[in-house]
Amino acid sequence: MELLRVEDLHVYYLTLRGYVRAVDGVTFTLTKGEVLGIAGESGSGKSTLVNYIILPKPPMVRVKGRIYYKGLELTGLAREELGKIRYKGISIIPQYAMDSLSPTKKVKRIILDLARGRSREDLIEKARERLKLVNLSERVLDMYPIELSGGMKQRVVMVISTLLDPDVLIADEITSALDVTTQRAVLEMIRDFKETGIIKSVIFVTHDIAALYQIADRIMVMYAGKLVEIGDADGVVGNPKHPYTRALIESLPRIGVRYKVKRLKGIPGSPPSLLNPPRGCRFSPRCSEALEKCRFEEPPETLVDGRRVYCWLYSR
Amino acid sequence: MGLIRYIGKKAVIYLATFFVAVTLNWAIPRFMPGNPIGILLSRFATLPESAEVMYSYFTQAFGLDKPLYEQYINFWRALLNGDLGVSIYLYPQKVRDIVLEALPYDIVLIVPAVIVSWIVGNWLGALASTNRRLDNILMPIFYFLTASPYFWMAIVLAWVFTVTIPIFPPSGAYSPGISPSLSLSFIVDFLKHWILPFLSLLLVMLGGWAIGMRNMIIYELESNYSRYMEALGAPNRLILRYAFRNAMLPQITGLALQIGLAVAGAITTEIVFSYPGLGYLMLQAIQNQDYFLMQGAFLVIVIMVLISNFVIDIVYAIVDPRVRYTYTGETG
Amino acid sequence: MMLDRIMERHRETLILLRRNRKIKAGASILAVILAIAVIGPYTTEYGPLEYTGAIGEPPSSRHPLGTNTFGYDLYSQVVYGLRSSILIGLLGGILATAIGVLIGFISGYFGGIIDELLMMLTNIFLVIPTLALLIIIAAYIEHRGILIESVIIGLTSWPWTARAVRANTLSLRNREFVYLARMSGMPTRSIILREIAPNMLSYIIMVFILQFGGAILYAVSLDFIGLGPTKGISLGVILQQAVLWNAVQLGMWWWAIPPGLLIALLLTSLYVINTGLDEVLNPRLRRQG
Repeated sequence: MELLRVEDLHVYYLTLRGYVRAVDGVTFTLTKGEVLGIAGESGSGKSTLVNYIILPKPPMVRVKGRIYYKGLELTGLAREELGKIRYKGISIIPQYAMDSLSPTKKVKRIILDLARGRSREDLIEKARERLKLVNLSERVLDMYPIELSGGMKQRVVMVISTLLDPDVLIADEITSALDVTTQRAVLEMIRDFKETGIIKSVIFVTHDIAALYQIADRIMVMYAGKLVEIGDADGVVGNPKHPYTRALIESLPRIGVRYKVKRLKGIPGSPPSLLNPPRGCRFSPRCSEALEKCRFEEPPETLVDGRRVYCWLYSR
Repeated sequence: MGLIRYIGKKAVIYLATFFVAVTLNWAIPRFMPGNPIGILLSRFATLPESAEVMYSYFTQAFGLDKPLYEQYINFWRALLNGDLGVSIYLYPQKVRDIVLEALPYDIVLIVPAVIVSWIVGNWLGALASTNRRLDNILMPIFYFLTASPYFWMAIVLAWVFTVTIPIFPPSGAYSPGISPSLSLSFIVDFLKHWILPFLSLLLVMLGGWAIGMRNMIIYELESNYSRYMEALGAPNRLILRYAFRNAMLPQITGLALQIGLAVAGAITTEIVFSYPGLGYLMLQAIQNQDYFLMQGAFLVIVIMVLISNFVIDIVYAIVDPRVRYTYTGETG
Repeated sequence: MMLDRIMERHRETLILLRRNRKIKAGASILAVILAIAVIGPYTTEYGPLEYTGAIGEPPSSRHPLGTNTFGYDLYSQVVYGLRSSILIGLLGGILATAIGVLIGFISGYFGGIIDELLMMLTNIFLVIPTLALLIIIAAYIEHRGILIESVIIGLTSWPWTARAVRANTLSLRNREFVYLARMSGMPTRSIILREIAPNMLSYIIMVFILQFGGAILYAVSLDFIGLGPTKGISLGVILQQAVLWNAVQLGMWWWAIPPGLLIALLLTSLYVINTGLDEVLNPRLRRQG
């Protein structure tokens, strides 16, 4: 069953110097039971994409494209209508989990306020169970966020974000600031939550493609606001098609202590300015295999081994 | 636990401040360039029974023939005995008695003005932060209010309400014919004298609170917890409530700083309305070169400010959970 | 590449500065008031303390702001008074800013016991009501001039600046670029001059604007109490005499209202400019939409 469908979405930032084309024509779907990973360097537009899905507001501007949730078009929906879909329908564990709780309200109060309109006892009971699932004492409910350590806060946010059993959970760079052990624990929690049916599907955003491989069913790779490759995780990681994906995976350290790619050492140059992106394929200035037409014409969608790839190498 | 440590730490600072204030009070007449002690002494020569005065307080507090440290200790000794010297202008009244008589007038003026301006100002600021049109109308007014010198605001009010539309009396704390009592007629008369100086303080302070609150709320609404709540579909009202609570806390700390400014405001406002508080008293002291009276008033003002700051700190510690946890040693 | 980025950032700030409505409005008012202070004295034939023969007259073409009980032309008094009030504000503001920045910076940059001591001192002077302290200092000075008045104001109104600058320094000190400079063995002096100072400059300008306004307020308050310059004129002195001689009760509003209005407008323009700068330099305060 299809939960989310994004069609040719273009989301720009309005700045003084013009439009920054952060998301420039992205299409994908998310089905029930699936974990979709979105990989890309910072500035690839992945964070803008998911944040626009859940919280479209200035300075983000939608220039083109549509978003559907269970067949209902979200784009152009009034704020109140969208508000009803958030949380129960689409929820998020934000990048800034460390300060996403007001410091002067007890955790219990925050939960009751956010999930308002439901029975108090049920909510508290449910929160207790979930806290146990993430190895936290139920005493946390009576604490202020400032009393919690960073890791505890992250888990509390995880519990709050999933408390209403959302259909779609967006996890935005939630492992980036963590050490490897904690990272693994967080990934396992997300997987458990999905397997026990607490959450129906996940969009997992990270620059860490190794982390994605551990959790995602499908992987989508973005570069400079564009989708470059999307397909099943084993295929994308095991046999990457797009030169950018290939570079991304080759730049990973071999089965090592820590898979973290901040800057791609394997690829010369840096991501382009999205204010004035290059013509043709946006990766072409850095691509070692670029053809003449790569610099002038945008690559079309091509199906390669059941995967969608945007690259002239596969399009004859 | 954290609360006690916090209060203890604050108490140390305030005690140190008191110590410094007393020391300044002692040192200024002695170490200022020129000959301030000479000015002081010459004032005493004009008094009747000057020899006696010299003996009773002057030698004790000043003891100019003794070494400095002894003078300093004697100064403290006199102070701790509640001896602030004798007034020259109102001779032979004791400075302590004169100052304590004036003090209640400051309290009835400053305390209500600070509290009411805090409540109304914060409320208006919160209103402005959520309503764009109101914001554009109110903000320039707030800026103008907070930019006005207190005494000028007092002059404007005096001009409007005692001259143009003469509905309030221009000066004093109550009419000359009435003696203070708890009768209705006295209370009404007292309030009529009180209202204009009160309003001068209120209006000027109001602007500052409103601006502070408006900016703090906008700041909080841009914070990550506000975004998170919005992303989870929380209605505006709820997000605003959270922002309001967090914006209010710095405004409580702001109260402590405001007390000092309010005192400055009261000093000059009282002069405009000849309102018999410490400010008006200070003016009398200055005009009559009554230095003991002036310095006594200064000390009492400092003590009052310290006490109110301490009270505000305690209130803050109770309201903001962060204080309790940051002072237990573990940081969150 | 790096340089380009920095230029880009500054260009954006400059555009924002020029576009900011608050800065535009505030700067316009300020420019007019400054012009009055500079040019004003050349536009009047009377000295500020010169008997004109007209006593207590309301505003007229000859005396745009009327005359007072002593036959002084109030327009002359106001333009000369504005000049000296602004001068005191500038001197006092510069001094207070310099002391505050110095103490705050040393405290924040070096930390440790120096920080503890300086902040103790700062907190103490922060609590003592400045005007009351100014009063007892000024009362002991026999001959007060503009310079002395601004010096004592500067010496007493630095504490909040020290605290704010300390916080600012602390946050700068922990930024990546300063850390990098220190790691690369750059000497302290160069780090301060090359890395920290340029980043603090905008902040210091904002602090100065507030100190300038604050010094003017303290000066007019002192003048009003009768502890201003022993000779000469200032806006506070005009107001002091107006109250002393019951100007308002005698119906001479032109004696008491315009000088204060000018102060209030001057201060308003400073506060508004400051808020505009804050909005540009501190993006979280910018309103969206």
